[in-house]
Amino acid sequence: MATEHVHVARTLMDHLPVLVVLVPFLAAPLTVLLGSQRLAWPIAFVSSLVSFLISIKLLMQVIDGGVISYHIGGWAPPLGIEYRIDAANAFVLLLVSAIGTIVMPYTVQSIKSEISERHHTLFYTMYLLCFTGLLGVVATGDAFNVFVFLEISSLSTYVLVAMGAKADKRALTAAYDYLIMGTIGATFFVIGIGFLYAGTGTLNMADIAAHISTNGADRTIETAFAFIVVGMGLKVAIYPLHLWLPNAYTYAPSAVTSFLAATATKVAIYVLLRFMFSVFQPDFLFEINALRWIMIPLALVAMFAASLIAVFQSDLKRMLAYSSIAQIGYILLGIGLLSATGLSGAIVHLFNHGITKAALFMGVGALVLRSGSSFYARIEGMGKVMPWTSFAIVIAGLSLIGVPGTAGFISKWVLVQAALEQGWWPIALAVVASSLLAIIYVWRVIEVLYMAQPADPTRREAPLSMLIPLWIMALSTIWFGLDTDMTMSAARAAADGLLNGFSIGGTSVGH
Amino acid sequence: MRHHLILRVVTKLLIGPIILFALYVQFHGDFSPGGGFQAGVIMAVAFILYGIVFGLEAVQHVFPSWLVHKLMALGVLIFAGTGVASLFLGYDFLDYGAFSPHHPSHGQHWGILAVEFGVLVTVTGVMVAIYYAFAMRRPAISDEEW
Amino acid sequence: MPDIEYILGHMNYWLFTVLMMTGLYIVVAKGNLIKKIVGLNLFQTAVFMFYISLGKVTGGTAPIFPVDMEIDPSVAYSNPLPHVLILTAIVVGIATTSLGLALIVRIREEYETIEEDEILKIETDLVHVENKILGEAMGGRA
Repeated sequence: MATEHVHVARTLMDHLPVLVVLVPFLAAPLTVLLGSQRLAWPIAFVSSLVSFLISIKLLMQVIDGGVISYHIGGWAPPLGIEYRIDAANAFVLLLVSAIGTIVMPYTVQSIKSEISERHHTLFYTMYLLCFTGLLGVVATGDAFNVFVFLEISSLSTYVLVAMGAKADKRALTAAYDYLIMGTIGATFFVIGIGFLYAGTGTLNMADIAAHISTNGADRTIETAFAFIVVGMGLKVAIYPLHLWLPNAYTYAPSAVTSFLAATATKVAIYVLLRFMFSVFQPDFLFEINALRWIMIPLALVAMFAASLIAVFQSDLKRMLAYSSIAQIGYILLGIGLLSATGLSGAIVHLFNHGITKAALFMGVGALVLRSGSSFYARIEGMGKVMPWTSFAIVIAGLSLIGVPGTAGFISKWVLVQAALEQGWWPIALAVVASSLLAIIYVWRVIEVLYMAQPADPTRREAPLSMLIPLWIMALSTIWFGLDTDMTMSAARAAADGLLNGFSIGGTSVGH
Repeated sequence: MRHHLILRVVTKLLIGPIILFALYVQFHGDFSPGGGFQAGVIMAVAFILYGIVFGLEAVQHVFPSWLVHKLMALGVLIFAGTGVASLFLGYDFLDYGAFSPHHPSHGQHWGILAVEFGVLVTVTGVMVAIYYAFAMRRPAISDEEW
Repeated sequence: MPDIEYILGHMNYWLFTVLMMTGLYIVVAKGNLIKKIVGLNLFQTAVFMFYISLGKVTGGTAPIFPVDMEIDPSVAYSNPLPHVLILTAIVVGIATTSLGLALIVRIREEYETIEEDEILKIETDLVHVENKILGEAMGGRA
């Protein structure tokens, strides 16, 4: 039995790894049970704030390389389900919960205009479930548990995207396409886990890693690797698997888009990283080839092709969606370089791009609130009537390009460094060249916002409840561009943690 | 379905045994195959069968839509609440040993009973809710045109 | 050289592959949205079968403890873990199916069709209209 040994009473601090997921999970059914529209928002906000505070605390506990292992139900791993927090996932937890919390105040006004009144309570329920799922994917150390949480977040995401149907019926088909693609991706992932289980006889990630490093990889495990990478690639929107993303981001309600763009793909990238570097060891030849000859070319194609498509868009929201695909290319490039610098560049870009895109989509949401659409023709001259919103968009746009002094610069700089470290200067050049494309599409936005006469000069600035979250995000892109200590040290710790795999993991801090 | 006398009578006779069987599967889940998932679906079948034969209004009179929604949420809360209770008793999340510190196996009986009850409530709610969600839409093609 | 015994011995893998590919083919090739969901279900079911066949131990019986909890060491039991995992995956599959069908109902209400090519045509027309209005507003470029 689980507790035959002498039981040591746990304190609340020991429960943090599970509480970070549990608090929003409890809040979700509570909003339905109370059924009150006035209470739904406070519950959602408080629970995401609590998760945010817990993830700060967790990151502080593990930043120096520690590992917290939490046993669900008191069953020790590898038999039981383990929640395992190290620097890498604490960092991603922090990103997800921070964005989730900051987006919250923004949703109030935004959904009022974009989602019909009777769905507001359920919107918060779905939002909390999505939030729970994303946090759970990151926190867990059990391969099958990743799948379960991934589906919790995905299913609620489909609903959230479909809620955009009030504004545009194409949200429905976007959600349907996303559902088909996402389910294929998740099923591929689960096939991969099945092969891993067949090959190793365990589902605990650390245990799988230990098994692979002692027994080596055979054909079954290579197949598992392929299935997991393709399955996750669909969720990440790696270039040829990205087709669901532009429509889903364009037609989803703005609050949903800013939350998803900053978190959902990032969490999928985290899973990809976790499996590539911790579960399968990177020195396993098959994987090096896969990364070098598949991942890097696809990343380069994404950087150029998606940026080029973005240049020719006439809808700001859709343009940003394509730019997201391009930015995912940068992150994959960092992963493909297979070095500690490249990996920390990828992780820091994951964070910086997350906050940048959240700021941009929030700005778009504010424009949509006042002008009814995000087409360039509709938002012409908004720089004059909505100066605060527009200026925040410009700041975040600069970070998207990678102008020195913004967060985007730091991560691109690290990526260039990583490429040069290996002597691959054409890749470094490609990063710079594709940033030039970013200049073009960001410039078009600035041109539209500032260099035209507003169609309707009586429009007002967005409400404060939207402006404050927007400016928190915009200022944080500058903050993390100037003060790089926190992000870079966390990303380094995360990269080290991932590259060392689970080899350092025997000691658990939590118990 | 007004004219189908046999169907209506048989349905009325069957609903009791179906619910009884659901409860059997639920409570025997400790010892044999069964448990909240299966029991929940069987329980929902009783309501769905009633709805199909006697019409949506009749079943919603017995089991109104708002109640279904509350039950879905309540079941999840029972499940998670069991875990939270063990957490406050100083054990790990969902460590049922907490409910009977001296006989962990007894505690596990209590814990699994509570958790399975939560699953039963949620699954019944969800299955009926799915049925309502589809049945309540006005059909695009009316019955005569089939 | 794989012999016949090898091929027959891996029967579950062959069946799983055929079933899975049938499902995936339906998802890709069929234009009807409901047929796509059916294909998706077939695809998922193939994976369930694969998992369950992994848990089968030759000559193993159902992994249920006897009531007196006395386990006879000579009795082989099947591995119950894949079954439990698949129970979860089935629930996820049901959720996906019902959500997909619910979306189809809504799409049917908005577009009055569930054929992919017709929906695509409606959407392309929408984009054309949008571009026309916006193009004029932007002075003819767009």
